Amino acid sequence: MAVLELTGIAKHFGAIEALRGVDLSLEDGEVLGLMGDNGAGKSTLVKIIAGNFPPSAGQIRIDGEAMHFHKPVDAREAGIEVVYQDLALCDNLSAAANIFLGREFKRSFGFLRFLDFGRMYQRAGELFEELQSETRPRDLVRQMSGGQRQAVAIARTRLSEPRIVLMDEPTAAISVRQVAQVLDLIRRLRDQGIAIILISHRMPDVFAVCDHVAVLRRGSLVADKSVADTSPEEVTGLITGAIASA
Amino acid sequence: MSSSVEISDVTRIREQSWFGSILANQALWVTVAVALICIATAIDQPDSFATKNNFYNITRNFAAIGIIAMGMTAVIITGGIDLSVGSVMALSAIIAARLLESGFDWYVGVAGGLVAGLVVGAVNGSLIAHLKLPPFVVTLGMLSIARSLAIVASENRVIYQFGDGGETFKWLGGGRIELPWIDGDVLPLSNMFVVLIVMALIMSIVLKTTSWGRYLFAIGGNEQAARLTGIPVDRIKIQVYMLAGLTAAIAGILSAGYGGSASNGMGKTYELYVIAATVIGGANLMGGQGSIYGAFIGAALIFLIRNSLIMFGVDANWYDLFVGLFIILAVLLERLRGRTRG
Repeated sequence: MAVLELTGIAKHFGAIEALRGVDLSLEDGEVLGLMGDNGAGKSTLVKIIAGNFPPSAGQIRIDGEAMHFHKPVDAREAGIEVVYQDLALCDNLSAAANIFLGREFKRSFGFLRFLDFGRMYQRAGELFEELQSETRPRDLVRQMSGGQRQAVAIARTRLSEPRIVLMDEPTAAISVRQVAQVLDLIRRLRDQGIAIILISHRMPDVFAVCDHVAVLRRGSLVADKSVADTSPEEVTGLITGAIASA
Repeated sequence: MSSSVEISDVTRIREQSWFGSILANQALWVTVAVALICIATAIDQPDSFATKNNFYNITRNFAAIGIIAMGMTAVIITGGIDLSVGSVMALSAIIAARLLESGFDWYVGVAGGLVAGLVVGAVNGSLIAHLKLPPFVVTLGMLSIARSLAIVASENRVIYQFGDGGETFKWLGGGRIELPWIDGDVLPLSNMFVVLIVMALIMSIVLKTTSWGRYLFAIGGNEQAARLTGIPVDRIKIQVYMLAGLTAAIAGILSAGYGGSASNGMGKTYELYVIAATVIGGANLMGGQGSIYGAFIGAALIFLIRNSLIMFGVDANWYDLFVGLFIILAVLLERLRGRTRG
């Protein structure tokens, strides 16, 4: 059974039709590349899955169960984690503080509850180790490279044993060498059975890590096929409209 | 198998050394400045400066600003500002005094004054959090509104008839406790200073070791990110302005007790000294940075300058010039630290 199943997802903003009739499904441990030109509806689709706003029509099912998200925390509780394009990190806090933001470990003294720094630093260290990243839990995010910041944002998704991780342009703003690191991180998540939706403009990245590629054009899904059955040329044609659908 | 991390990536990571983080700590430099001013003044005026009496006076004098700076620090960490604290001081003092004047006991007056501060803070916070109005403008408006309410509530009189509860009320703000001292003598501390110390300790613990404290820094660092992680940003913002209102109310009530009267002119321009204290202590008006100790030592510095200028025989009219210089120096220091941090 598909871990994530979208049927007939549509979204209107007033008279603007951002998405219509989108059907998609995703298996455990599958990496889906979501491609499309600016304004094709990629971000809108991601925000619907992430619970930022509800769809105008259509259904989201997780393990066959219909979901209604009202805010991002609802989606997180259903096992969906998001790595936002801007990473949504607080520069003035440490890596560990960012990972645990909003779900800190605490210890109680009577009715008072204090942060459990030791356990958080230790768990953050374990997460970075799992991701084979050299990022240190106590370092301030402000002092980190683009790749390390990605590692922090990705480690955060590992905190809750998620089913699905959405990644919005994780390789858009970092150096070439760091792109390789981030793609490695994605493979490691996949190896742990997590389903991933990778939104990207970068064709090489999609073909390097994805099993499937889905193409959106002007709000409609025009292709959803295995990476083995397509080529960068075909996907480019689908994105621009030179090829109508596939 | 290729490692995912290049050697250069690892070696480039440099943890801030213990020494480096000490040097980068603005509150430390302010502490050094405070110590130097103390030493210089003590050498110049050995008989009058380094006395228990003068210590009592200085610590009492900066306590009111220091108490409000505790709340202001929380507000500034979230990236906000509260310009209404001086007016709230007066409003709370007047309400407490009016209640006492009309025959209520001291605790009713104190409770009334504190509630006034909390209500003003809740109004500020709601307008800022729910209607997304800029804190500067909202609290500037409230500066005017609360002052006007204080004048109306006082019928434009100075209130000094505190009725039966007056004795306790005056002791709260004007009293002292005496600590045992080395020469068998005692060290007197004003109640106001004791309140400041207790509040500073509680606030330090809250900011450093609770999730609420951490959320303040998160909101100031990246409000959108804080929202996405499920932090109740709007609720916390309202709480922070209520805290600022509460600290202003405490300062107002204690000041009225100390002075033995409540005037609707109390606390005028205090907001500027309070903000100055927090900024000198290392708080960043852009949010995400600030400390309770910094605000405390910043408040101490501001009043120490005044005390030392008087001791050195400098015309007191120069006082604000020195406060201004220290504010600019603090921001300059912040900029220099930012540069070395890269």
